[in-house]
Amino acid sequence: MELAGVTKRYGRVTAVDRVDLQIPKGEFFALLGPSGSGKTTLLRLLAGFELPDEGRVVIAGRDVAQVPPYHRPVNMVFQAYALFPHLSVARNVAFGLEMERVGKSEIQARVAEALAQVELSGFEDRKPDQLSGGQRQRVAIARAIVKRPELLLLDEPLAALDRRLREKTRAELRALQQRLGLTFVMVTHDQDEALALATRIAVLDRGRIVQVGTPAELYERPASRFVAEFLGDCNLLEAAIVEPGVAALPGGARLHFAGDAAPGSRVTLAIRPEKIAIGADGRNTAVGTIEAVEYLGDISHLQVRLPDGTALEVTRVNGAGPPLVAGDRLMLTIPLEAITVLPA
Amino acid sequence: MSANWGLRLAVLLPALWLVLFVAWPLLIVAEISFSEVVSAIPPYLPVFGWSESGPSVSGNVENYRLLASDALYTASLLTSLRIAAVATALTLLIGLPIAHGIARAEPRFRGALLLLVILPFWTSFLIRVYAWIGILKNEGLLNELLLALGLIDQPLTILTTEWAIHLGIVYAYLPFMVLPLYVAIERIDPALREAAADLGARGTATFFRITLPLARPGIAAGCLLVFIPAMGEFVIPDLLGGPNTLMIGKTLWVEFFANRDWPVAAALAVVLLVLVLVGIAALDRAQRRAGEGLA
Amino acid sequence: MRRGNSLFGVTVLTAGFAFLYLPIVLLVIGSFNAGRQVNVWAGWSARWYGEALRNEQLVASIWVSLQVALAAATLATVVGTIGAFVLTRLPRFRGRALFRIGFLTPLVLPEVILGLALLLLFVRLDLDRGIGTVILAHATFGAAFVAVVVSSRLASFDPALEEAAMDLGATPMRAFLRVTLPVIAPAVLAGWLLAFTLSLDDLVIASFASGPGATTLPMRIYSQVRLGVSPEINAISTMMIAAVTVAVIGASLAAKRRR
Repeated sequence: MELAGVTKRYGRVTAVDRVDLQIPKGEFFALLGPSGSGKTTLLRLLAGFELPDEGRVVIAGRDVAQVPPYHRPVNMVFQAYALFPHLSVARNVAFGLEMERVGKSEIQARVAEALAQVELSGFEDRKPDQLSGGQRQRVAIARAIVKRPELLLLDEPLAALDRRLREKTRAELRALQQRLGLTFVMVTHDQDEALALATRIAVLDRGRIVQVGTPAELYERPASRFVAEFLGDCNLLEAAIVEPGVAALPGGARLHFAGDAAPGSRVTLAIRPEKIAIGADGRNTAVGTIEAVEYLGDISHLQVRLPDGTALEVTRVNGAGPPLVAGDRLMLTIPLEAITVLPA
Repeated sequence: MSANWGLRLAVLLPALWLVLFVAWPLLIVAEISFSEVVSAIPPYLPVFGWSESGPSVSGNVENYRLLASDALYTASLLTSLRIAAVATALTLLIGLPIAHGIARAEPRFRGALLLLVILPFWTSFLIRVYAWIGILKNEGLLNELLLALGLIDQPLTILTTEWAIHLGIVYAYLPFMVLPLYVAIERIDPALREAAADLGARGTATFFRITLPLARPGIAAGCLLVFIPAMGEFVIPDLLGGPNTLMIGKTLWVEFFANRDWPVAAALAVVLLVLVLVGIAALDRAQRRAGEGLA
Repeated sequence: MRRGNSLFGVTVLTAGFAFLYLPIVLLVIGSFNAGRQVNVWAGWSARWYGEALRNEQLVASIWVSLQVALAAATLATVVGTIGAFVLTRLPRFRGRALFRIGFLTPLVLPEVILGLALLLLFVRLDLDRGIGTVILAHATFGAAFVAVVVSSRLASFDPALEEAAMDLGATPMRAFLRVTLPVIAPAVLAGWLLAFTLSLDDLVIASFASGPGATTLPMRIYSQVRLGVSPEINAISTMMIAAVTVAVIGASLAAKRRR
């Protein structure tokens, strides 16, 4: 699957702006972004519900940019599932094969196989309104995979499920993708979902792809403030490079970091709160005062003020030691490798 | 999309239908209202015709002048307005507690109660009006009952009065009033009533200060659904009203069928249409002003 | 807060329903009166039912009405359903507002105006007045009702269903036939039923649009009712009420079972 220079405009608004993207076969790919970032439009361009104004959409070696949805080797799991309410589960799953005029006995066999893959054997004669939310989603998946598409598109696949079910479904979805070996492309606005499911993620902002990488790459080495903020919590500190490997904060404190940035340039330092160590353990150490504690059971979020006025968010694993309260003083260490230098 | 011609056909078919069976007939009515009545088939002189010297126009406003000057027509116009207004108000007064009662009933009864309201609507309008003749006439069931109870000593004349027409309209159009009222009242969040009660409002205060203002769209819809057909009503004044009660719909009918004066009938239709449109606009405006008053 | 009705509420509902049903009940009872005098009870009898069914004019008018209603409702359903689609699914085209007004007009037009207007049209077109013109007239207002019923269903129809069908390989036409139409079928059927009942019920428009040899049941009943209350009319009315009651209750039970 390959997108090259794909652009889609609605009147004066450019929803998708010159997007290039390659997704190899067998990947579980996530399009991640806030609402209005163009991720849904991108998915609909892949499905064929929208046709691009410019660019190529190549699926299985064929440019399908102007091909209508019913002639594309692509199937979609809709956000609210869009199960046909007047058809039984089996007829819903058979629908796509009937459109291809597949023989009756083959339809039966393939429907049974698809339902078995989503563990819904025995539900053939139910109507969609007789199913739970999770079951409906599995019917929607079965209905799409039974067509053996080159690409399976999932539009916010977990959004309609409640929280408990969402975590269980995550694991099932991932297992299913590995078992089938199909290419999945998922749209989501939920960073946890993308991190947990995807083998690779593209982060979108205002119609453009700002970074593509594995979940770990994106989390550990965000390429911009936008990515750092959008994926997980992050301390973002304005700083100036004073000498190689040393940055000065506005309050005066100096931080050592690994990596090269030209002295004199202004930068943003991204520091994940869970990477800040408590205790003296290396070069970047300081004593801070706790201003607020948010206790979450397994962990606590601490708001810490350094002597030079810099505010930091620190994540602490609870368990060892007495509970911390506001007003406590705390020795902190920021490991060199925990600091990512981003353009200001 | 590839089915473009199909789409075009889909728009064209109903569009042609509307032009042929809705727009054109109304234009013909307007045209004939300006024509002259003659003894011929059809009994009017076409407004637009061809003479030897080319196209000719022969219309005039005589029919409208007649409507304005003849007491028969002005009286039937005013009577129609009065009866439609009074009957609509009566229907609202009766429909409101019924709709409120259904909306407040336990959910499992609501469907059945609604069905009971709708069911008469499916039975013949004509028959429902006709049923009242046997009840209201001088030797009818109502008079017999009142006589037997000793409440009156000679039969009341109800049939052939305006009261019989009001009764007929209320009876025939009550479902049209109750349904939109019910929908509007049922939609009101019960928490609002609870909030009013919490703030010290009694049941009646809650009804008048919370339920009624919020049900306003339903009230407007219900009044329109009763007022419009009541204005042009023919069957009810004809069967329940006396020969002296002239409503515009009945006058139009008589002009057309008995007097064969098609041009005057057409002019009456135009006037009725204008009155209906004025009624709709007035109610719409009152509604909007009330809405602004709230805000 | 307390749900359910106060004593006042129950009283109002009881009185309201008594008002709605008492005239009908009295009419039904009256139809079984053996005597001709409507206000004098002369014992139970089904005599007037026999008389009504032997009245050839009355029976002939029933057939006319059924033919008209069947044809008009079907025509109205085709036009109204297509119209509803144009109204709800093609949001942007020139003249859409006019289109909407056109479909709503027959709903707010007093019957006498619509009847007169259509008659004048038929005269202008030189159509012979008869069953055909009554069918066209009834289809005109029936289509408006069907358009309203079907477009309100289409408004809540999830367009993702059509997209899903196309995603699974259905062309737009097949998506419509295999998914959209079956899903909105109950609304289309309800629209047809409404158009059918309205046609059966209509006196005013039929009187204008009809000609010799095409007397509908309401026209026949009306011409007899003008002469006063008759037990024969009570009998035929009771039969119509029974038929409608059975049909409506049956339909609502069927709708309940589908859920």
